[in-house]
Amino acid sequence: MVAFVARRFLYVVPVLLAVSLLTFLIASLLPGDLAYVILGDQATPEKVAALRHDMGLDQPIWWRYLSWLGHVLQGDLGRSFRTGQTVLQAVSERIPVSLELMLMAEFIGLLIGIPLAIACAARAGGAFDRFMTGGAFAMLSMPSFLLAILLIYLFAVELRWLPATGYVPFTEEPLANLRFFVLPALTLALAEWPGIMRVLRSDMIATLQEDYIALAKAKGLKPSRILFVHALKPSSLTLVTVTGINIGRLLGGTLIVESIFALPGIGRLLVGAIYTRDLVILQGVVLLVACGFVIVNFIVDMLYAVLDPRIRHGHA
Amino acid sequence: MSAPLLTIADVAVELPTPRGNLRAVDHVDLSLEAGRTLGIVGESGCGKTMLSRAILQLLPKKAKLSGRVMFDGQDLVRLAPESLRRLRARDLAVVFQDPMTSLNPVLTIGTQLMETIQEHLELDAPAARKRSIELLAAVGIPAPEQRLAQYPHQCSGGMRQRIAIAIALSCEPKLLIADEPTTALDVTIQAQILDLLAREQRRRHMAMIIITHDLGVVAGRADEVAVMYAGRVVERAPTQALFKRMHMPYTEALLAAIPKLETAPHTPLPAISGRPPDPTRPLKGCSFAQRCRYAAGRCHEAKPELKSAEMPGHLYACFHPIQMAEGIGA
Repeated sequence: MVAFVARRFLYVVPVLLAVSLLTFLIASLLPGDLAYVILGDQATPEKVAALRHDMGLDQPIWWRYLSWLGHVLQGDLGRSFRTGQTVLQAVSERIPVSLELMLMAEFIGLLIGIPLAIACAARAGGAFDRFMTGGAFAMLSMPSFLLAILLIYLFAVELRWLPATGYVPFTEEPLANLRFFVLPALTLALAEWPGIMRVLRSDMIATLQEDYIALAKAKGLKPSRILFVHALKPSSLTLVTVTGINIGRLLGGTLIVESIFALPGIGRLLVGAIYTRDLVILQGVVLLVACGFVIVNFIVDMLYAVLDPRIRHGHA
Repeated sequence: MSAPLLTIADVAVELPTPRGNLRAVDHVDLSLEAGRTLGIVGESGCGKTMLSRAILQLLPKKAKLSGRVMFDGQDLVRLAPESLRRLRARDLAVVFQDPMTSLNPVLTIGTQLMETIQEHLELDAPAARKRSIELLAAVGIPAPEQRLAQYPHQCSGGMRQRIAIAIALSCEPKLLIADEPTTALDVTIQAQILDLLAREQRRRHMAMIIITHDLGVVAGRADEVAVMYAGRVVERAPTQALFKRMHMPYTEALLAAIPKLETAPHTPLPAISGRPPDPTRPLKGCSFAQRCRYAAGRCHEAKPELKSAEMPGHLYACFHPIQMAEGIGA
């Protein structure tokens, strides 16, 4: 197991390097000189040249990449020239919001998707299965802004159960904080569960055809044990992959949902950075989010090994 | 003789396919007494596995089953699911063909053994564990305690089939159905597994059905043999009687298709030419007529019934039976 983790981790290093290079290139190759952005239209060429020299922009690109990477490795991702905040400060302010939203959304999505998938697979082709498969497809094709508006209308305007927009940190008012998150998380979850359900349902149907399920029936095990112990675990590899991708995606913030519900998350930080051409923030946030994605996928690989002993022992 | 443990009466299985209904099992009658062994022999696609699944009530959902499967006084076809579930493993157990796929890859061997024991016998975990170790030892697995914590992929094919047998034996069933238990294994392991099954059967006084395509497998091990072809039983006899005087040309052809040690090298194996008939299209005559070297006019017109030969207990379905008067020939 230790060897497995170490081997997997070795794959992560070149991926992270490639991610850093791509992030740097995207930010550097964007049209418009950073010095002009900072100094504005009125800048004299001398001032621009001086600033370019100060910022190292007159150095060759590979040198700039290496020096940036050197700073990054020491934990220095740079500082916004607009707000003076460091990238790490800006991100650490926003990440709890995106993280909480992501966790709640994924949790609700799995809570809806997994039981439905099992119920559908247990009677594949039956009335419930056909109804849910159709329903999932309908949900999948509904855009999140529409869902958000419908949910706000129903729960905030008509029933007045939950606030429509706003945010307080969990540490200040835990209950109010959770109430603010219910609707945005539900909006995301309603878009997540159809994918979760479809993936798990089809894997589960395939697993239920296996010889070892026939043997489990022949052993006279209870139907619930066959479904949850014998069939669910070997069917959940794709589910774990999909959940990992979802989590990675939500880590980067969800622009539309964060905007509609006025949540100060990573998504809005990124969009703000793009509007104000705050390249240092943009570059740093993209790098951190990409690293988060890679780490989540590393965890997914570990989970494979937990779920399937053959992977753990290097047989598959 | 007491009432048979298992009586299959008029069992038929139909599977819907895009080309029409496939009759996998075509009105089969069989019976088996406690402690005895029945061999069911036939080539691939003859319906022997479907028949075993029909007995076990493990047919695919879409399959249509008719007839009666009387087991220990109850008709399994009409038994409530919960009663059927309680009867499994305790009374009725199975060993499947391929031990590479019949054990769950993500559960330990110990879990797969102990869950069966704890489901049906009132034993706590330590007692179930003790019993599992004894069972693994009984089926010839070295260091059984260590094996409990291992997963199926850490064992060889022969080892896995032994584990599958241990699971099948775990609740002392009255009937064990072994569906081609050695087909997926190396030749060197086959005899060991068959001997193990025979030994455990005698020791536990359990009835057994061995399903195989190899007449050689049942030769010394079954009390009675039923030969299946195209979903029907075409010949049925006590094993010794069958090997002494087989009447059905198909049985003869099956026997001839077994490679023999004394045959000179590079002699072509007398395989049965042609293929079994399309099971989605019912034939008017004998289903073997197309491939039979004895077939004549009537064989293509009418279906021969399974009827008694001069020997008691010997049934065959043929208009032109071989070896009727002249003893051993062919």
